[in-house]
Amino acid sequence: MEIQHVNLKLHLEHAGVVDLEPLIPIFHDWVREQSCEETLVDVADYRHVPAGPGILLIGHEADFSLDWSDDRLGVRYNRKARLAGENHDRFRQALRSVLTTCRRLEEDGRLEGKLGFESREFEVGVNDRLLAPNNRDTYASLRPEIDLFCDGLFGRNNYSVTHQADPRRRFSVLVQTPRPMDRADLLKALSP
Amino acid sequence: MKASNHLWKERLAGKIAEPLNREIDIFETEIDLRRQEKVDERVFAETRLRRGVYGQRYDNGQRHDGKVARALDYPTSNPTKGPNTLWDAPGMQRIKIPYGGLNGAQLEVMAELAEEYSDGIAHVTTRQDFQLHYVHMEDTPSLMRRLGAVGITTREACGNSVRNVTACPYSGVCPDEAFDVTPYAKALSRFLLGHPDCQNFGRKFKPAFSGCSQHACGLTSMHDLGAIAVTRRENGVEVRGFELYVGGGLGAVPYQAKLFDEFLPPELLLPTAQAIARVFARLGEKKNRARARIKFLVHDLGIEEFRALVLEERDQLPPDPRWKQYLDEALADAGEESLQPDGDLAGSGSPEFRQWLKTNVRPQKQAGFVVATVTLPLGDISADQLRDLADIARRFTPDRVRTTVEQNVVLRWVRQGDLAELYQALESAQLARPGASNIVDVVACPGTDTCKLGISSSRGLAAELQRRLADKGAEMDQAIQDLHIKVSGCFNSCGQHHVADLGFYGVSRKVGGFAVPHFQVVLGGQWTQNAGSYGLPIVAIPSKNVPEVVSRLGEGYVSDRNPGESFQDFVKRSGKLQVRKLLEDLAKVPGYETDRSYFSDWGDPREYSISDIGKGECAGEVVSAVEFDLAAAERQVFEAQVFAEGGNFRKAWETAYGAMLHAAKGLIKIEFLDIPDDRDEIVNQFRVRYFDTEKIFDPFAGPKFANYLFAAHRSSENGHTPESSRRLIEEAQLFVEACHGCFNRMGLTPSAATA
Repeated sequence: MEIQHVNLKLHLEHAGVVDLEPLIPIFHDWVREQSCEETLVDVADYRHVPAGPGILLIGHEADFSLDWSDDRLGVRYNRKARLAGENHDRFRQALRSVLTTCRRLEEDGRLEGKLGFESREFEVGVNDRLLAPNNRDTYASLRPEIDLFCDGLFGRNNYSVTHQADPRRRFSVLVQTPRPMDRADLLKALSP
Repeated sequence: MKASNHLWKERLAGKIAEPLNREIDIFETEIDLRRQEKVDERVFAETRLRRGVYGQRYDNGQRHDGKVARALDYPTSNPTKGPNTLWDAPGMQRIKIPYGGLNGAQLEVMAELAEEYSDGIAHVTTRQDFQLHYVHMEDTPSLMRRLGAVGITTREACGNSVRNVTACPYSGVCPDEAFDVTPYAKALSRFLLGHPDCQNFGRKFKPAFSGCSQHACGLTSMHDLGAIAVTRRENGVEVRGFELYVGGGLGAVPYQAKLFDEFLPPELLLPTAQAIARVFARLGEKKNRARARIKFLVHDLGIEEFRALVLEERDQLPPDPRWKQYLDEALADAGEESLQPDGDLAGSGSPEFRQWLKTNVRPQKQAGFVVATVTLPLGDISADQLRDLADIARRFTPDRVRTTVEQNVVLRWVRQGDLAELYQALESAQLARPGASNIVDVVACPGTDTCKLGISSSRGLAAELQRRLADKGAEMDQAIQDLHIKVSGCFNSCGQHHVADLGFYGVSRKVGGFAVPHFQVVLGGQWTQNAGSYGLPIVAIPSKNVPEVVSRLGEGYVSDRNPGESFQDFVKRSGKLQVRKLLEDLAKVPGYETDRSYFSDWGDPREYSISDIGKGECAGEVVSAVEFDLAAAERQVFEAQVFAEGGNFRKAWETAYGAMLHAAKGLIKIEFLDIPDDRDEIVNQFRVRYFDTEKIFDPFAGPKFANYLFAAHRSSENGHTPESSRRLIEEAQLFVEACHGCFNRMGLTPSAATA
């Protein structure tokens, strides 16, 4: 089963009331500098939509956002363009993009270090209901690939995978690790 | 762009009504042909617009970053999607929702499309449509198929066509209506969709229905065609009719619609609309886009002459059984099955619940039922909320919702006794915002967020006003709470600023050599009486001072108004000079070095520039019906080649022959619009009008290419070999080229080419 359009979200720790406004100039700067692998196009502000996409950085190949869906704030990477390679390569690329984004946001002084990212879990899914309908068959088919992806990062049996099974929502799983992930190490491991 | 695009066609086979299914297949082929640059970019632009595929800001590949305009490095620069519009640049998909009516399954599909093809948000427009932004060209056929499978078409959502037929969202349940206009809106929408008489307009054409004359909900006065339900007694029996208006419109220069008929019987509704469309297509301006709406034609001719022309046209129309059939079918399907009424209107509960009851709930004419409004901030709703709304619609209504021109959604047939539970369900979906249709419920067009024509940030300003006004909430004087604010990003009025108490539209001013975003303040517009009168601009104010304008005008109104005086009357009594004086200090802009915040817009930290403004696509491309027919004929030749490659030579032959007939018919329609779809008649008319007159003769080859058509027609009943099929495909291509040449030699303007 070949999947495309990987969608990955890393949650924030203790995200109560967070003012997303400082994100807007930061993302505009990223567009100006074209500082991601993707061609960046624009910034969209959806702070007025409860539990919505928050602030979006629109790209050609992928969108990035600080997203409030499920009332949990997190950095989301939504791959739009196809990507060559194997499924686990596409998972790796999405996680690398999210971690890189997190690092850049943490390092940006305008946010004054207010964003702390969750280090024990992330959500990964597929933004295409036809390629990956959210059902047991898809989960059974993709689980070995998710394991291949996670084994390489956390070691065998050092993580858990929970299928989020609402059939109306896109296919996704929650990956959790018992110990906090070292994001710098992860980024190193994910380097192409 | 989506990896699944090639799979949806098969997955949804048999689930899309056949005419629509075929249209989407054709559109997909047109996309392929444009990719191969076999279709002219202008023709393709208008083709996609007529399927609701619209351009978006920065789609020329340039974006100003606050300092300089920079190129956006898209992977593909050729072909274009239209003049100066890059293929890879994301665009907007408009989705027509006739009279704003949707069911739960349709809401769920909208949610899926928002997530998979857009940015997770669906946007309700001021004409009851939905819009999805940042959509890629290649994804649009899949998106359309998924909509088609739940009975929604995007056809003619943009372009020079009949746009969404809107209607009062309270139709059928409003205590003040004459009768339910829903079936009539439905029938008209169905009848005009793709109608041959509506394919040759110089600009768009917007119809609207209202159940009464006194409320705002239908906004018929500002529409190209407005129908208000009226009744009268004839021989002791109440009969239905429409007060029919024509030639209204906002835009840069707003026009009030003129009364066309004070009592149009329902059975004449469809033929009258058809006759109006024919007169508009024939006499409407085509070259000067700024004067191409029907309002200018009505104004220039005068309503009496316009009416006479339409009635004459109506008398000559070939009878069409659909005039009655569509009305009968819509009327038979009009009932919304409701639950049994149960319980009383709950008056207790939390202060939030009581506030929501006060602003968002109104009684129906049917005892025991109410309408509840779901307020959507800036018309936006997330995919998760759409799914929740679908559940709520199924649980509390007969599985129906309607969008509104105030960018909200209404739930009808809610039992009074269910209101507390409904509120809880909406609250858990974060859809229970109070303040429907009051000052907090600010309406805004997309403006500089995504529109190519936007001058100032209408959504940025609207969000800021909403935030500030919501903070004041119910503490505001009731007179202020009842006001309406509408914001447009430019003078084109998509935010309907002319019909608000407080209207604003985006302009720019130079201050000290720097561009500064401003909004023109428009006061005195009337929202009620179906947008009964339009406001006038008072003064241009820098964007950052507009919230203070709202505060000051609101305070002035509360303190100085006479008892019972409306805001409109208050402004009139105060006089423009006085109001302007009140705001004059706010029009000043501090120097660039003193306060740079004035030099960027709301929600956009870039230093303000107007260099991102592009050529809008609201006006579409003026492409005559002949050009469309010739483009369609070329597409058929291409399809014939595909059939031949697949070994289906009979189908290949028939398709190539069909292409020739299509091209010939296109030319015939220049002189004879009602040419029937009959092969013998087409060939006969072509011979008389183009062959015998030698108009089709090629300057070098003479009658050669025209003879291909006659030969094909003679042999159309015979068997088809691979060789004869391939030869006919070649001949069809040459014949279509000859028709192009003939059309070019005729040197017709788009206007003249409409017959």
